[in-house]
Amino acid sequence: MSTTYLEAIRQGLWEEMERDPNVFLLGEDIGVYGGAFKVTAGFFEHFGEKRVVDTPISEAAIAGAAIGAGLMGLRPVAEMQFADFITCGFDQLVNFAAKCRYRWNAAVPMVVRAPSGGGIHGGPFHSQNPEMWFVRTPGLKVVAPATPYDAKGLIKSAIRDNDPVIYFEHKALYRRIREDLPAGEFTVPIGRAKVVREGRDLSIITYGAMVWTALEAAGKLAGEGISVEVVDLRTLVPLDRETVCDSVRRTSKVLLLHEDTRTGGMAGELAVSITESVFEYLDAPIVRVTAPDTPVPYSPPLEEAFLPNAAKVIEKARWLHRY
Amino acid sequence: MSAAQALTPDDPPASAEQAALAHRCLYFMSMMREVEDRIERKLYRQGKIVGGVYVGRGQEAIPVGTALLSGPDDIMLPAHRDLAVFLIRGVPLGRILAQYMGRAGGLTRGRDGNMHMGDLSHNIVSIISALAATVPVAAGVAMALRYRGSSGIAFSYFGDGATSRGDWHEGVNFAAVQKLPVVFICNNNQYAYSTPLSAQMACAHVADRGSAYNIPAEIVDGNDVFAVLEGAAHAVAHARGGKGPYLLECKTFRMTGHSAHDGAEYVPKELFEEWSRLDPIVRLESRMLAEGWAGQPELDRVRAGIRQEVDEAVAWAEQSPLPDPATLLDGVYES
Repeated sequence: MSTTYLEAIRQGLWEEMERDPNVFLLGEDIGVYGGAFKVTAGFFEHFGEKRVVDTPISEAAIAGAAIGAGLMGLRPVAEMQFADFITCGFDQLVNFAAKCRYRWNAAVPMVVRAPSGGGIHGGPFHSQNPEMWFVRTPGLKVVAPATPYDAKGLIKSAIRDNDPVIYFEHKALYRRIREDLPAGEFTVPIGRAKVVREGRDLSIITYGAMVWTALEAAGKLAGEGISVEVVDLRTLVPLDRETVCDSVRRTSKVLLLHEDTRTGGMAGELAVSITESVFEYLDAPIVRVTAPDTPVPYSPPLEEAFLPNAAKVIEKARWLHRY
Repeated sequence: MSAAQALTPDDPPASAEQAALAHRCLYFMSMMREVEDRIERKLYRQGKIVGGVYVGRGQEAIPVGTALLSGPDDIMLPAHRDLAVFLIRGVPLGRILAQYMGRAGGLTRGRDGNMHMGDLSHNIVSIISALAATVPVAAGVAMALRYRGSSGIAFSYFGDGATSRGDWHEGVNFAAVQKLPVVFICNNNQYAYSTPLSAQMACAHVADRGSAYNIPAEIVDGNDVFAVLEGAAHAVAHARGGKGPYLLECKTFRMTGHSAHDGAEYVPKELFEEWSRLDPIVRLESRMLAEGWAGQPELDRVRAGIRQEVDEAVAWAEQSPLPDPATLLDGVYES
């Protein structure tokens, strides 16, 4: 039976809790209720209140307590009900968790699960992609899986990592994406991108839900005789620049794609990184498809206009191919 | 006999034990005073401290009277006027001075300055500069101690200003809801930078905040180390007994500016005069003399010994090398 993205996260959490008694969960409504998205349904009954801690509505307390527990050698997994609410625990994560190792050589093993992304009519407070707040904070690792396999493998790696990891799980993928997962134990290493479709004419570099948009566009473009390679970053920090640059060497044309807003998005960092390393391989300007610099709107026609989609990617890819 | 045992109310300590406790208090309070005087009044003015200096002059009884009751499994989260916590937990003095001087021998190896340091080998969690942010971390530390079945508790230190912050309230509330073994210690020195208490909070006491979280709160004279010890004994017994957090408000006064560069002209002079008569070290020495726990020559010898220890530590710190710029990128991540 194939496994949903949500079920994959759940399996990863469950297996790590079975494997290591130091792993525990904390967050709002995650215990008795099973989480706002039901990722942790059944955990409370199985693991008990000691290891599945329902907290007050208190993101600073959740983030801070996770750090304190991590410093003591436990492996907390903190759930933010929505990635948007991570702002309320921002100080603890950015000013403390991120700096502990560098400042005073203290490890903070912890994971913050951040359900992010639009396409669910969540509106401006429940749809953001705030990964860049953390990507540009040295000391934090940032992952953003697109597939059930990576979702499971990366949550397990994040829990085992000895540095704080912000784990962005895209809400629109929870029940929409399915995959047959191997029966046995597996992990996905943090810091490795993956070529999810090979191609010759141009590379789409992306991550998260946009991987599926890229694949949809690539499939349609193949019908027009345009061969598109798709690279799924999977991890944003540490960034696998080598896999990105290898793809550029093969195709010589780059389209950067993210659901996050435009200015200061991942595309900017990738573009400079590519020109620094493989400029001489480029046959065209680097282009990007992103959300515009607005809050995420609620009403369907507005949200559809906001979100990148296959049509927008195809248009840009055709231009790039002709160049 | 431990300091905590010496203070069990039903069992008045023998005079010899109380005298020994007084000597320990005097040593750490005087050491903190001497180290901070040396840092603020000499090394800083000589340009040997490269950044900010925040001292706890006149407030030494608070870290000493509390940290002396900490056990080997307890975790300390001191704030920036709690230098004595580091001394009591056995952090070498030279390393503290090297920290101020930005040397490789400092606890953060030059990555951070002044009291922004921690050392898990001594069970000390580093300060977060925005002080209230440490309070939820203390709750997490306490949660981990309980999770592991340790008898240890967390000592969470902060000032009056920190209690205006949301994360202070979130941390205290979470600890209270979870009945976590943590002692919240407020150094109420009546000024947060230039802001007096009256502009900081509408309630008269920080301890008033305890009732909102249904945790016991006690006010003690923060300039009387025996009063602090007694309040801390109540707090520690409560937290260690599994009854949840305890809020201990220690009333004191900041006898300096916020930092070495702040002349504190905004503080009425009468307040400095009034509180200088309540100096905790002078009070402790007077009591020791009055009780016959020490004679003046002995107190003089203690002071001279401390000066010598600080001289040696300063010399050690000054010979500690500055950090190698080649190490700049090291240690952001494990690997």
